[in-house]
Parts: sequence; structure tokens; C-alpha cells
Amino acid sequence: MTDSEPKEGLAPLVLVVEDEVSMVRLLKAALGSQGFRVVEASSGQEALRQAATRSPDLVVLDLGLPDLDGLEVTRRLREWSAVPIIVVSARGQEGDKIKALDAGADDYVTKPFAVGELLARMRVALRHAARTAQEPGDTEMTVGGLRVDRLRRQVFVDEAEVRLTPIEYRLLSALAQYPGRVLTHEHLLRQVWGPGYTQQRHYLRVYMAQLRHKLEPDPSRPRYLLTEPGVGYRLRDS
Amino acid sequence: MNEQRPDPDELLRRIREQEERERRAKLKIFFGASAGVGKTYAMLVEAHERRRAGVDVAVGLVETHGRAETAALLEGLDVLPSRPVEYRGATLREFDLDAALARRPGLLLLDELAHTNAPGSRHAKRWLDVEELLAAGIDVHTTLNVQHVESLYDVVAQITGVAVRELVPDSILERADEIELVDLPPDDLLQRLREGRVYIPEQAARAAEHFFKKGNLIALRELALRVTAQRVDQQMESYRREHAIRDTWAVGGRILVGLGEPRAGLRLIRAASRMAARLQAEWLVVHVETPGEFAPSGAARDHLVDLMGYAEELGAETAMLTGTRVTDQMLAYARERNVSRIIVGKPSRARWLRLLRGSLVEALLSGSGGIDVFVMSGERAEDERPAGPAPARAPSLHASGYAQSLLAVALCTGIAWIVHLRLPPANLPMIYLLGIMAVAMRLGRGPAVLASVLSVAAFDFFFVPPILAMHVSDTKYLLTFAGMLVVGLVISTMASRLRQQADSAREREHRTAALYMLSRELSGLRGTRELLRAALRRVADVLGCRGVILLPDDSGALAVSAGEASVLGEAGHDQGVAQWVLDHAQPAGAGTSTLPAAGALFLPLLGASQTVGVLGLVPGDPGRALTRDRLRLAETFASQVALSLERAQLAEQAERTHVLVESERTRSLLLSSVSHDLRTPLSVITGATSSLLADGAPLSAPLRRELVETIAEEAQRLNRLVGNLLDMTRLESGAMPVRWEWHSLEEVVGSALGRLESRLRGREVVVRLAPGLPLVQLDDVLIEQVLFNLVENALKYTPAGSPIEIGAALGDGALRIEVADRGPGLPPGQEESVFEKFYRGRREGDPSGVGLGLSICRGIIEAHGGTISAEGREGGGALFRVMLPQREQPPTVVPEKEPGPGAVAGQEPS
Repeated sequence: MTDSEPKEGLAPLVLVVEDEVSMVRLLKAALGSQGFRVVEASSGQEALRQAATRSPDLVVLDLGLPDLDGLEVTRRLREWSAVPIIVVSARGQEGDKIKALDAGADDYVTKPFAVGELLARMRVALRHAARTAQEPGDTEMTVGGLRVDRLRRQVFVDEAEVRLTPIEYRLLSALAQYPGRVLTHEHLLRQVWGPGYTQQRHYLRVYMAQLRHKLEPDPSRPRYLLTEPGVGYRLRDS
Repeated sequence: MNEQRPDPDELLRRIREQEERERRAKLKIFFGASAGVGKTYAMLVEAHERRRAGVDVAVGLVETHGRAETAALLEGLDVLPSRPVEYRGATLREFDLDAALARRPGLLLLDELAHTNAPGSRHAKRWLDVEELLAAGIDVHTTLNVQHVESLYDVVAQITGVAVRELVPDSILERADEIELVDLPPDDLLQRLREGRVYIPEQAARAAEHFFKKGNLIALRELALRVTAQRVDQQMESYRREHAIRDTWAVGGRILVGLGEPRAGLRLIRAASRMAARLQAEWLVVHVETPGEFAPSGAARDHLVDLMGYAEELGAETAMLTGTRVTDQMLAYARERNVSRIIVGKPSRARWLRLLRGSLVEALLSGSGGIDVFVMSGERAEDERPAGPAPARAPSLHASGYAQSLLAVALCTGIAWIVHLRLPPANLPMIYLLGIMAVAMRLGRGPAVLASVLSVAAFDFFFVPPILAMHVSDTKYLLTFAGMLVVGLVISTMASRLRQQADSAREREHRTAALYMLSRELSGLRGTRELLRAALRRVADVLGCRGVILLPDDSGALAVSAGEASVLGEAGHDQGVAQWVLDHAQPAGAGTSTLPAAGALFLPLLGASQTVGVLGLVPGDPGRALTRDRLRLAETFASQVALSLERAQLAEQAERTHVLVESERTRSLLLSSVSHDLRTPLSVITGATSSLLADGAPLSAPLRRELVETIAEEAQRLNRLVGNLLDMTRLESGAMPVRWEWHSLEEVVGSALGRLESRLRGREVVVRLAPGLPLVQLDDVLIEQVLFNLVENALKYTPAGSPIEIGAALGDGALRIEVADRGPGLPPGQEESVFEKFYRGRREGDPSGVGLGLSICRGIIEAHGGTISAEGREGGGALFRVMLPQREQPPTVVPEKEPGPGAVAGQEPS
């Protein structure tokens, strides 16, 4: 792990874009106690202004804003900034989540969320941002009993090697590149099968099932390869 | 006179009549003996008086005939513009009914009640216009001459020798609230005539010369006075009735008219109508159908039905009776209905036939007992009914029938030729008689008569010596000829009559069956649409008509609900006619006297309380109009359909009300549920936070922790509750569309269990999916929610530590998912109601949730086209089963070769 923890004296700056005052109060308190510095914006326009002037290290963006659509804010931010964005949305808005991720958001949390969950997502996002700035990912990734050696293209579960087909490996590798982060179906299909396969979700489902049967102790209660219904998949991070 | 207490029923009827009269518009008729007595003048004078009294008077149409004093009276009155009508090159000025209805004056003047409107007008007759005006609540004043009164037609024709074509039914006279007699002594009238002050149309000048004779005028004046006197009498009578003065009240005389041959009927009916009016008696018109006596053919039957309709118009009650003997049937009916007088026509049968078979009148006289029998002359050939269209003619006999009859005789001759080689010639007439009978049965009377004559001729020519010659050498054969001819003729008459009867019996049976089928079919149907379609199908079947049914929408405008819109004519021309029918609840269109120019006949669908719609009919064969008989059948159909329709509509209304009540119940349940379930966690949270914030004694660390945990739990509960409520709302508003995709069920199960992870701690969850379960088609987000709710439900209602099992298999075109537990199971009989909204299992101390989880499951599964059910489990516990239809084969995924030994096979492209 590289620099996932905030550095001393230079606590990461988080821009909280949220119009509900009580929510802002909660986030300020919770994030502040974890050593983050917080700036707030209560509208989309203000968020864009703040992002330009304060250059935050991370943006927590509520999708339901009074003026601009949260999606629009994501798109405009992405035009000039690579700052990690974590979207906050309600359940039942899977379509919006996918759109936000496609527009360039890094991850999402579903309201109501536990602060711990938000912090975990934030750490993952910060870590990935820091890494892309330096070098491409690690050669080895370990989650629980699962170890992926990207240099040797080998996969181990509890130190026993597991044989994977090329596609299975490419799928696992794509997930392992961003552990802890949700990857949409479309992203995975493009990565593993190529741009012509983005609508063939059943391929993804078949290979994901195969992968689980090879890697998971109980495929019907997965420990590593997690499903985000309607959105995509996530490799557990920790 | 003794003033008695009025009969309450009678009084009620009077009050109702009174109310109706007050409510409805008033009709006043200025009645005169002939043209020129000054009816129009009198009407206008009164109109001025009314106007001065503040009544809104308008003149619909008044003929001044160029007379200055009449024209002068029009000054100051609002004269409505007349409607120009092109007719045979001339432009006629007709009364504009629609303009009058739109103008809605308080009182409308309309001259010449008996006027016949130009073709293309809405009604054929002006008195029908007047009826519509009255129905619209407009008072009408009009004028009428005595010779135009329908029941006086014969008398007037007898007196004057002029047949009047423009007749007004007596019913409108009776309906008049006031009749004012405008009287002028004949000498004065003749004086006026000589001075040229009486209008006579040019073409009628000669007839008028004959008409305006002093003798005629006196007679007409007497008639007019009598009619008026009768009116006054009626008024007196009703006054007496009102005051219960009974002394002179003639007790319930009833008159029965026996209609025999329809040709004589019109006169009989008119006479009876007059008698009934004079006696203030009810009157009945009957016709007795007998198997042997009289079996009317198509045209005659139409005429008979016509006559019955006419009698009904004049206020009679009619009945068709069947029996073997006319007299017996008629007398039995007369006794049953307590008839005091019977009127029949003079026998028209030839004298010798009467001697042979006895006369109806004699039989009636001998059996009548206490009933008076009146015999009226009926011998004069009657003209057809003055008003209304001519009855449809029966199709003329085909020439082919006669040709076939010729053939039959030739065939008989051939057979006879073969027979006569072996047997004596006495047998031969039998062969011919057989032939005649066959012709009579198959082809009817005409061809049979021809066959009889031809048979005699052929017999003579071929078999009676000298053979092949028409003359006869042996006179004994003359008797054979005569016998053969008479027997042949009798056979032909009887056989053809038999056939007619069989035909009519079949026809009647067909109709009865059709009606029965209709009522049976209609009573079995539930939806309005189905019902209308079935009704139209039957109408097309039985009447041979194309039909359309129009129903009014909420605003009362008609729209085609079933059937062919083409019935309404090109571009729906006749829609207006249909609308008129709906508004007035009377038939109109082709074949009626209202708007006869329309292409279709429109009948109102009269329900018990209102007109529910309109049935439009066009004969399938455009050349043939509906016969009167069929018209009646159509009307019966219409009333049948109307009643069923009304029933269906009431049922639908009841259904709607039920749904409304149901949703009202749901709403109140929701309110109570939500208010309770939202408030409980909120009050717990409020309580806990206020304790934490309280300034008093510091709380111990474990206590603080407990309070915080309570807050967290209650917040979770609130979250679930709101989530369920939102899901329910989305489901009900249709904002939760099913996104079908191919999924691995294992993944969906895993995701649901993942979401419940923390709450599943300490529980054994067994997932048993059928091995090799392929991808299945479903909406993962929704089905994951279903599994989540089912497992959560199991968690809630089963003791901690008891196992939960999830199974799935594919079979019979459906995916079966089962979630089972080992809890207390379902209360017996509650297997279905657990899926109802706000249902909660009885379990003390745990009121978490609003009882929406399972009904959300059902909503989602039903949106997938599947089913969900619950049942008890063997060995205890509950089992929830979801069936999701799987109609397509899962898509193929090109298999990949398995990795070889060693490292991962293949190359990494990056």
C-alpha cells in the first residue's frame, strides 16, 4: 500500500457538495474527526467554483442538487480535472449510478450510508488517484486468501494455485487493477472482450460465475467478487 | 251527488298527471270546421294578448295567404325565418324546427298542424315537430280543421266525398291542454268565400267547389262541435273523478275489436276508436291466427302488424292470439279481460261458403252470452294506411316455379305412360294427384293450380281415348276430369297453406330461439364490450342487418362503441339522427316517420331508468327494407340488449365503487400503519438522543453505548420502512419497469445474502441451486429485492438460529425459486392473505415493518408475469415459492478451451 493515509500537515481537502444542511453538518463532523479538511458547496455552480479555486483532493457529490444535475457537475469537472469523485445517491437509481460512473465518477455510496463505508470508498479513491499519478498499479494484489500475481500471471487461493482460462484471468485482472472500486458492466466488457462486446452482458455473467466457482469457498455467498446489482462488480478491498 | 273519499290510487294518478301537465309545455289547438273560419286570425289575436302579458311569443310559421288583416296581426311579433327547401324545382318555405328549438320562445305559433313536411325534413309531419317542441318545454299554439282528425277520416270522406291525405292522430288532440273552437255559421263562411277571403290552393279549386257546399259545411260544423263537446265532456269527467263524484261514472266498459281480414281492419279500428272515446272505455284489438282459417302471407301479415301499430297509436291495447277456432279464442279472451262489447267486421266470405262452414258472426252471437256484439260494414276495399310508408311487398313468385310445375306434370305423364302399359287407366289420376301435391308442397299455390289444370289436360290428351286428342269420346271420363280438377285444386290450396303455416311456424320458432339465445348469451357476459359484440352478431344473424351500437359518453355525445361505423353513412352523416334518437328515446331513420331520409334505422336502447344507447341497423341486402314484423323483432332485440347493457353498466359501476372503497380502505390502513410505524422508531430515537444530550447526571459508558445502538437500530428500521413504502409506490404507479436480462441466479442470491450479511450472523443459510442451472431471464435488481424481502421475512418470523433454505430449479418453462424456513409456519387459511398489503403475522413484541415486504414481492413477481405462493412445510415451517416464466432459450456463450497445465494460457494483449 502506498500513500492511502493522509499525510501529516497536509490533510486531504474534501469538497462536500450537498444542499441538505444536516447532511453537511454530519459529514463535516465525521470527516473532520478522521483528519480530513472539508469545504462545502450547496449547489452545482458553487461546487464548480470551489473546485476551481480550492483544488480539493476529493469530491463527495450528491446527485440531487437544486440547480445543476449532479451528472452535469461530474461531466464539467471531468473536462479539466482528474479529482476523484464519489457520488451519493438513493437506492433504486441504478441508472443514475451507471451514468455517473460513465461520466467519470470514481465510485458511489447509497443513501443512507454508514460513515465508515463512505470513508472506505474515499480511501480507495484517494489511493488510486495517487497511484495513477505515479506509476501503473502493483504487480501483486492480495485480498484475504486471494492473491493475484500480475507479473507471473498466477492466481492463488489460500496459497494453492488456481488455473484460469485467459478470459477468466483477464476479467479477474481487470477487477484487481482497481480493488475496492466498482466497475460497470460496460467497462469490464470493453476491457476483457473489446469495444464490440459492450452489450453482451451474459458473457460477463457466465465468466463471473465460473470465476466464483474457482475462487470462492461458497459461490452463492461470495467473499471476494461482489455484485452491485444493476451496476457492475467490485473486488473486495481488505 | 255524494262526495266520497277519492280512491287513493286514482288520486295519485291524477296528481301525477297534474304535475306532469304543469311541468310539461302546453299545447293549444284552434279548431275549426273548415278553412276560412278564422283560426289563424284567432290564434294571432291571442298571441298579442299573451305578448302584452309578458310572454315571449315567437311565430314559427303562419300562412297569411295574402290576407291583409292577418298579415297586419303579424306586426310586432317575432317571426322566425323559415327554411327554404328545394323540392321538384320549386322552393318551398318550411318551418325551421332547429331554429325554433335554439330560439326557445315561451310560446310558439305554428299554423296547420296537419301539414306534411317537405321530403328531407326531420319529421314527415308537422305534428311530430310539435311533439318535439313540447318535449323541449316550449308552449305551442296551432290550428287544425276537423277533416284532418284521423278517427274522423271515414265520416268526412263519406260526407264530402273528398279523401283527405293529411291526417293528425287523435292522440295529439287528446294531448292538447286546450282546444278552442273557432266557429262560423256556414252562410257567413260561404259569404266570405264569395268575397274571395278564403284561401284555396289553385290545384284544389275544383275539389273545393265540391267541398264548400252548404250541406257539407253544416255536417263538418256539427262534427267540429261534437269533437269539442266531447273534449268538454272529458274535462267534466275528469273534474268529477277529481272530486270523487261517482254517480254518473260508467264502470269499466271494455271494447274488443276482432280483426279478421286485414283489408277491412282500418275502418273497424277507426270506428272502435270513436266508440271507445265516446264511452270513455278501454279498447283492445286482437287478431286470432288459426291453423286452417287464415294464414296471412308476407304482405298481408305486414299489413296486419301495421294495423296493430296504428291501433296502438290510437290508444288501443293489441294482442295476437292463436287457437283452433277464432270465435272460441276471441270470446275466451273477451271474458278474461272483462269486455262488454265486441266489434267485428261484416263477413266478407261468399254466401255459399258461409252456408258451408258457418259464419263467424253467427258463432260469436251464439256464444257471446252477456257481451254485446257489434257488426260493422267492412266490405269496402280499404285504401292503405294514410300515414307511414307502404309495407314492404313480398317477393313476386318466380317464373321458375311455374316451369318446375310444368316439368312435374311431364314427369307424371312419363310415369303414367309406363304404368298404363300394365294397369288399367283408372289408376293414372292418382299419379297426377301425387304430382300436384308435390308441386303444392314445394312450390306453392300458383304452380299447383297450374299443375292441376295441366294434369287434367295431359290425362285427357295422352290416356283418354281418342288418344293424342283433346276431345273425349266417352262421357264417363268427364266426371273423372271434374273430380281430378277439384281434388287437385283443393290439394294445392291445402298443401300450400300447410307449407305457409310450416314456414311461419319455423320463422316464429327461429325468432323465439334467436331471442332466447340472445338473452341467454347476454346474461352470461360480463363486460360491456363483449356484450355489444355478441348482440350485434345476433342481430346480424337473425335480422340480416349490419348493425352499430352507439353509447353516450359522459357529456351525452354519442360515439360508436361496437359494430360498423359505415352504418352511419358516409362520413358519419347519420350520427345526428342517432343523437336525436338518444335525446328523444324514440326510433328514427329509415322506415319511420322521423328523419326517414337517413340510410339506417335507429332504435333507442331503453333501459329501466334511461336511454343507454342507440342501435343502428342497415339491411344487409340494400334492396330490401325491414318488414314490419322484423322491425318489431328488432325492437324486442333492442330492449333486450338495453336491459343487459344497463345491467352490465351497473355491474361495472358497482365494481368501480368497490375498487374505490378498497383503495379507501388501503389508504386508511396505510395512514394508520405509517403513522404508527414511523412514530415508534422516531420516538425511540428522540428519547435516546435527548438522554444523551441531557445535562443532568453523566451516563455510564455501557448505557451510552446501548442508547447509541438503539438509535442505530431504529434508524435502520426507519430506512427499511421508507424503502418499502417507496417500492410499493413505485410498483403501484408503474414506475418500476422490468428490465429483462440474462442473469446467473447464483449471483442474484449472493447479492441478496450479501446485503443481509450482518443480520444473518448465527443463521445457517443453505443454498441449493440445481446443478447446471443456466442463465435465467429476469430483472436482477427487482428479483434481488424479492429474495431480500423473503429472507428478511424468514428472519423476522423464525426463532434465532433456525435454518433458512433457498432452492431453485428450472422446469416446465419456468424458474422455480423456493425460500423455506423452520419457523412456526403460516396460520392455516392465511396462505393467500400474507401477500396482502399491511398484513402482519401475529407475533408479540416485534412489530417491525409495515407488512409490505411480501406484497412488494408479489407486485414484482406479477410484473414479471410470474406467481408467488406460500404454504406450510412438512416438518414445520413456511415455504414461499416463486415461479418465473422462462420463454426463451438462454443465449449461447462460445466456450473457451480449458487451461493447460502450468501458468494461465493465452496472451495478455496489454
